[in-house]
Amino acid sequence: MSEAARYEPWKNRDMTHVRPYGDTFDDGVVQLSFSLPVPPGEEAAEAARQLVTQMGFVEPSVTHQHDLGEDFTFVVLYAKTKAAVDFTKIKVAKVDSPRMSFYEINEFIEENFGRKITIIGACTGTDAHTVGIDAIMNMKGYNGEYGLERYPMIDAYNLGAQVENEEMVAKAIELNADAILVSQVVTQKDVHIPNLAQLVELLEAEGLREKLILICGGPRIGHELALELGYDAGFGPGTLAPDVASYVVQEMMKRGLK
Amino acid sequence: MSKLYLDPNLIARARTAASDIADSLQSFILERTTVAVERTVLRLYGMDGVDADYVPLPNVVVDHLKEGGVLERGAATFVLNAVLQTGRTIQEIGEAVADGTLNLCELPLASLDEIRKKGIELATASLERIRANRAKRDEYLTRLGEGPQPYIYVIVATGNIYEDVVQAKAAARQGADIIAVIRSTGQSLIDYVPYGATTEGFGGTYATQENFKIMRAALDEVGEEIGRYIRLCNYCSGLCMPEIAAMGAIERLDVMLNDALYGILFRDINMQRTLVDQNFSRMINSFAGVIINTGEDNYLTTADAVEQAPSVLASQFINEQLALRSGLPEEQMGLGHAFEMSPDLEDGFLLELSQAQMAREIFPRAPLKYMPPTKHMTGNIFKGHVQDTLFNMVGVMTNQGIQLLGMMTEAIHTPLIHDRHIAIEAAKYVFKNMRNFGEEIEYKRDGKIVARAQEVLNDAAAKLEEIRDIGMLEAISRGMFADVKRTMTGGKGLHGVFMRAEDYWNPFETLLRAELGLEAMAR
Ligand code: B12
Repeated sequence: MSEAARYEPWKNRDMTHVRPYGDTFDDGVVQLSFSLPVPPGEEAAEAARQLVTQMGFVEPSVTHQHDLGEDFTFVVLYAKTKAAVDFTKIKVAKVDSPRMSFYEINEFIEENFGRKITIIGACTGTDAHTVGIDAIMNMKGYNGEYGLERYPMIDAYNLGAQVENEEMVAKAIELNADAILVSQVVTQKDVHIPNLAQLVELLEAEGLREKLILICGGPRIGHELALELGYDAGFGPGTLAPDVASYVVQEMMKRGLK
Repeated sequence: MSKLYLDPNLIARARTAASDIADSLQSFILERTTVAVERTVLRLYGMDGVDADYVPLPNVVVDHLKEGGVLERGAATFVLNAVLQTGRTIQEIGEAVADGTLNLCELPLASLDEIRKKGIELATASLERIRANRAKRDEYLTRLGEGPQPYIYVIVATGNIYEDVVQAKAAARQGADIIAVIRSTGQSLIDYVPYGATTEGFGGTYATQENFKIMRAALDEVGEEIGRYIRLCNYCSGLCMPEIAAMGAIERLDVMLNDALYGILFRDINMQRTLVDQNFSRMINSFAGVIINTGEDNYLTTADAVEQAPSVLASQFINEQLALRSGLPEEQMGLGHAFEMSPDLEDGFLLELSQAQMAREIFPRAPLKYMPPTKHMTGNIFKGHVQDTLFNMVGVMTNQGIQLLGMMTEAIHTPLIHDRHIAIEAAKYVFKNMRNFGEEIEYKRDGKIVARAQEVLNDAAAKLEEIRDIGMLEAISRGMFADVKRTMTGGKGLHGVFMRAEDYWNPFETLLRAELGLEAMAR
């Protein structure tokens, strides 16, 4: 091994064996914290260490514990892992259509469809969070990017929050929508899953599913989950209107939806 | 003496405008009643339980009177008439209507004098129970005492009332003064109050009378053990405002979120409906000694906190005036505001401090409810903990009444048991370490903090005068609050609003008006 490789091992790091880093390359250091349903004390610390060992960590060290009352204890631990991943084999489902600008999107629509496209959106079910869907759809947009309402070639209808799936489908039919955007922010106890799934079922029952682009989004929503639920794409935190619009128009092209 | 050199004349101008706004709303309100108000009357008379389809009896009876076309005269007249005619109790009458064996609209009507006499007699007895609850709270407070202000307020939201109890007791032991049980998503839009103990909710736990009772007992128990009275909080806002206020009065809740504007703007509840509901619900809160919390902080979740500062103040002024018209003393007005400016701002802390100190000076006796950063919290819990720390500093420096603790996991999930612990530990540290810091400092007369407060007050006064000119309802429909627009006839629940008939009668309103000294105010 050359001097450099010995003292600066990260320079030729092996991407097939990647593990966490603290202050010594490849040390595998991880910080953990959780609560246990046991009273505080030596036994609680030992229970935490054993648990962490079962999780595959080594050298667990409990650096702090605190009595939460009602026989619960909070613990903070440091430990090391020997586990490693092969970074070269990582595959993540991602929306892969290139992102276009406001102008490019409008131009794309004009050139390829020769008409305005219609996009409806809402935060559905019992969910009352509007800020996310507004950020994507409303005129003023978000983080310096205009929302879809501002796009001359897009007829955007933001139906607001707490919209029932049935109403969504009825609106899609009424407006002849090309794309539906669904926002889900409350995800506690997976409340969003049946609600998202129900929309797909309703659209299928109406024979509409293949005729439009169906997208969901929200802070705890990812592309992979969206695909699993039968959506075309999913968008998470930090999404801006052009991310969504670029995808919609390119996917419409790909699917021959004119 | 104002540390911010606020102009007392300007404050008075703003208050006068708010008072005029409240007066014109009040005359609108007093001409109307709602299905929720009438159900509340029945609940206060002790009607409880559900029919075979789990519909609460107060709903069954009010719907029955609505179908019979007599609800505008008030439910009390017909139910009390049935008491006189059949000799049954109010509960039994509810049950008989539910099983279809009694039609209240077809019974011959006794003399109104007789009905009213009986009605007042029974209503007086119900109010005595609430008065006794209030005395019991006072007794606890003298015997056990309470934590210093700012009270440490945390939420529990497991969805399962029994699990909430465990988390609430743990939080109390850790130092919480107020436990709020967050409601399940969507509850504010259901036009009835669910029944019994519940174990399945999303993002919160259903507000039911049984759940209130279970949590009250648990907090009394832990309060005794740790020698400190633990206050219980729940939410009135929604389609059942006065009913939930009544349940809270019966089960000795101490703090209740109560804000029609929140329902209008954030739940799309019809404004006529919820303003009428709010008025009666606040009378009940007032009599029960409940501290209300208003929802101005929420405006800052949909609109920018720096820009909306004057609307927050304007709304606090209006809420104060409306609360006074429901007989609520200042000591029970937990007016809301929040630490919601973007953390990217240079000198954002100065603006937050200015706003909080200003609210403190303008509403000196109100136990202001100060909300933590929420909108600008992210998945970065470590930064979030620091954001919450700055918030705690402002809280103690400006002597807020109720500090709703921020959770570093705000952007991720409702609090885990240790999220709450970490938050309480940090708040206690800041509060103790800086306890008298506020008394030690003065603000530079020509500095940014003073200038900002004066500007916000000025803009709020101008805004209030504008609202007085166009009317509150019009102001809401123009999106003057939180950038959200709502119309007079839009939103949920309008079908439950009725013009009061000439002989409308609500015995609890009559008694409470007298109790709360509102007769003197009416012109
Ligand atoms: C503001 C807010 C509110 C406001 C909402 C006002 C409004 N009109 O929207 C109010 C105060 C009313 C509120 C109420 C409640 N809230 Co809330 N709220 C928040 C808060 C603080 C910020 C959310 C927000 O506005 N983010 C800013 C936007 C821009 O971000 P975003 O939503 O992630 O959207 C972006 C992306 O996700 C994406 N996106 C979103 N939707 C879509 C859709 C499509 C199609 C696409 C392409 C992209 C996309 O693009 C957006 C822009 O980049 C969060 C905490 C937090 N910091 O996240 C809690 C939070 C979301 N709320 C929560 C809860 C539980 C509630 C309540 C249920 C509480 C209760 N029991 O009463 C109620 C909900 C009632 C209901 N029926 O829904 C929880 C959810 C927990 C969970 N994981 O389920 C959170 C995380 C807080 C917490 N820790 O408890 N809330």
